[in-house]
Amino acid sequence: MKRTLPAVLMSLTLAAAGAAACDGSGGGDAGQANAATGPITIWLSNNQEELAWGKAMVESWNTQHADQKITAQEIPAGKSSEEVIGAAITAGNAPCLIFNTAPAAVPQFQKQGGLVALDSFDGAAQYIADRTGGAADQYKSPDGKFYQLPWKSNPVMIFYNKDIFAKAGLDPEKPALTTYDEFLSAARKIKSSNAAQAAIYPAPTSEFFQSWFDFYPLFAAETDGKQLVQDDKAQFNSPEGQRVAAFWKTLYDEGLAPKEQYNGDSFADKKAAMAIVGPWAIAVYGDKVKWGAVPVPTSTGKPAEQIRTFSDAKNVAMYSACQNRATAWEVMKFATGKDQDGALLDKTGQMPLRADLTTAYPDYFAKNPAYKQFADQAARTVEVPNVPNSVSIWQTFRDAYSASVIFGKQPVADAFTGAAQKVDQLASGS
Amino acid sequence: MAKGTVLGRHPVGMILAAPYAVYIAVIFAYPLGFAIWMSFHDYFFAAPGAIVDHPFAGLDNYRAVLSDPGVRQAFANIVVFLVINVPLTTGLALVLAVALDKVVHARTFLRVAFYVPYVTASVAVVGVWLFLFNSNGLVNTVLGPLAPDPSWLVNEHLAMPVIALFVTWKQLGFFILLYLAALQNVPRELYESAAVDGASAWNRFWSVTVPAVRPATALVVILALITGANLFTEPYLLTGGGGPNGASASPVLVMYQRGLQQGEPDFAAALGVLLVIGVLIVAYVNRRLIERD
Repeated sequence: MKRTLPAVLMSLTLAAAGAAACDGSGGGDAGQANAATGPITIWLSNNQEELAWGKAMVESWNTQHADQKITAQEIPAGKSSEEVIGAAITAGNAPCLIFNTAPAAVPQFQKQGGLVALDSFDGAAQYIADRTGGAADQYKSPDGKFYQLPWKSNPVMIFYNKDIFAKAGLDPEKPALTTYDEFLSAARKIKSSNAAQAAIYPAPTSEFFQSWFDFYPLFAAETDGKQLVQDDKAQFNSPEGQRVAAFWKTLYDEGLAPKEQYNGDSFADKKAAMAIVGPWAIAVYGDKVKWGAVPVPTSTGKPAEQIRTFSDAKNVAMYSACQNRATAWEVMKFATGKDQDGALLDKTGQMPLRADLTTAYPDYFAKNPAYKQFADQAARTVEVPNVPNSVSIWQTFRDAYSASVIFGKQPVADAFTGAAQKVDQLASGS
Repeated sequence: MAKGTVLGRHPVGMILAAPYAVYIAVIFAYPLGFAIWMSFHDYFFAAPGAIVDHPFAGLDNYRAVLSDPGVRQAFANIVVFLVINVPLTTGLALVLAVALDKVVHARTFLRVAFYVPYVTASVAVVGVWLFLFNSNGLVNTVLGPLAPDPSWLVNEHLAMPVIALFVTWKQLGFFILLYLAALQNVPRELYESAAVDGASAWNRFWSVTVPAVRPATALVVILALITGANLFTEPYLLTGGGGPNGASASPVLVMYQRGLQQGEPDFAAALGVLLVIGVLIVAYVNRRLIERD
C-alpha cells in the first residue's frame, strides 16, 4: 500500500514511455499489413462456455489454414478487460483480434490509435450490414466507419426466482411485473414476507458500467429505444429519465434494493428474488435456481413485444498492432459466419447479432424454448452511444445517479441537470 | 569530482552506489519527471505508431484538478483518515511497544501476532473485514439494535473511520517494531534515576520514554502520513471503489479512476504532482514540529 502513489505514477509514465519509445515502428505500414497473411493471435473472454466455443472455432480454422494459424488465449486478468486492452494498445502488444471488445470502450481505443477501421477491407461494410441489418448502425463511429464488428448480444431482462416468488405469495409462472407499480408491489411483498433478503440487488457501486444493469435497460424501454446520448446531447434529463430514476429511488429508499455491495452473485445465492441479466446467465445458473424471465418494466406497462432493452453486446475488433490483417479479417468473417454463430449460440446461449437470428436457427430455439424470448428481445436492443469520451460520460452519469438515486444526497433533478451539462460538453469532444 | 578522477575521490564507493542510483533514476526520478511533464500537457496514451499531438496545456490540468468536486472530496476524506489514523497509530504503537518491551512470557508470540497483519496481503485481510462489517456481519450481529443504520461501509460518516481503523490495525506491527528498536537505546539509568526521584510509572513513561523515542516518533508519524496519503487498496476493495457516493475515495483512487479507467493520464498526473507536494509539505512541517529540541 505504501508504494501505491509511486506505482500509479509509474504505471502512467511507463505506459507513456512505452508508447514514446516505440513511436513510429510498432504499427507498421497499414496498407501492407492489410494485405498480409500469416499467423495471428486472438484473445477470448474467460467465460467458460465462450472459451469452449473459441477453442473449437480456432481448431476448426487451424485445420484448414496451416500457414495462417491462430494462437488463442484468454484476455489477461485485470480489474476489467477494457483496462487490460487499453494497456496492451499502449504497449503495442495487443493481439490481432479480441472477441470481447466492449462497445463503450471503442471510442477510447479508437482515439488511442489502437483499432483498425474494418471499412478498409473490401466488402467489410456490406458484410456487416448483411449480417446485422439496421442495428449495425449503432456500432458505427462518428467518422462513419466500423472499428468493431457487431458480434453478439446479451439482451438483459428481469430474471426472477420462482421459489422465492411462490414463498412471497406471488404467481411464479406469470408474475405481474410489467408496470413500475406492479414491480414495486411485488418487491414489497417479497421483502415483507422475508422470502428473500432483497427484492432485486443491482450493484450499488460507482463503476462506470454499472448503470447498464439498472438505469439503462429501463430507460431504453421507457423511451422506446433512446440512447443515453443522441446527437451529442444527453437524453437522460427528461421526463422518461426522471421516471426511471424515481422508480429505482423508491426501491432504494424502501430498502427493497440494498445499498451495500454484495460479494458474489446475489441471485444465484438466492439473496435476491430478481436480477437484471442476459441469457449468458442461464448456463451459469443451471439447476441452481428455478428461474423465469420477463421484460423490464415500464411506467405504463408496455406490451412485451414493444419493450426495448440494453444489448450488453460484445464485439470483435481488429487492433492496430496486427501485422497479418488480411488473415485477421478472414478469421473475423469465419468466426461470425452462420456455422460459427450457430455454434456460439449452442454453446453459450448468447445471441449472435444477426438480423435473421430466429429464422437461421429454428431447431435450436425449438429445442431450447427458454432462449426464444431472449432472441425476440435481441431484435429490440439499444447499444451504448458511440461518442467521444464514452467512459467519462458513463462515469459522470453514474456519479450523479449514485448521489441522487442510490444515496439520496441530492435531488434527482439537480443531479441529472448538472450531469447532463457535463455530458453535453464531453459528447461534443471537449 | 576532485583530484582528476572521473569517479571522484572514492571510486569504489561510487561503483557500489551506482546500481542503486540507477535504480532510483529509472524507477523513481524518471517516472516522476515524466509525470510532471504530462501534467503540463494535453496527454493521453496512444498506440505505438499512432500520430497524436500532445500540446502544452499550461496549468489547465491543475485547474481541472482543483475545481473537481470529486478531488476536493477525496482530499477531505484523506484528512479525516489522517486525523484518526496518525494519532491512533502513533499512540497505540508506542504503548504496545512499551508493554511488549516489559512482557516476559510469550514475547515472541505477541510480537509475531502484531506483525502478521502487516505482512498479510490487504486483499486477503479485506475479505475478513468485509465479513465483519457488512450489514449482516459479525459486528452488527453482536451490536444488535445498536448497529448503525446505514451500516458501516455504506455510511458516509463511518466508511472512512472504518478504513482508518483497518489501516491502523494492519500497519501497527511495523510501527511497534520501530518503537521496540528505539526503546532498546533508552539508557536504563534514566529510569533508575527517575525511580529514585520518586517518579511514578506514568511519569517515567511521559518524562523518560516519550522524549527518548522522539526520533522514532518523527519517523512513525511521517511514515503513517505517507501511507495515508497513498491510500488505495482499502477504498478500492473495502468500500467498493470509494463508496458510498465517494465518501471514502482517496486521491490515489481518483488518480487510478481518471488516469487508467477514463483515459485522462494528464489529469491524473497533475493530481499526483499536487499530492506529492502536499505530502512533502506536511512531512516537513511534522519534522519541524516533532524533532524540535
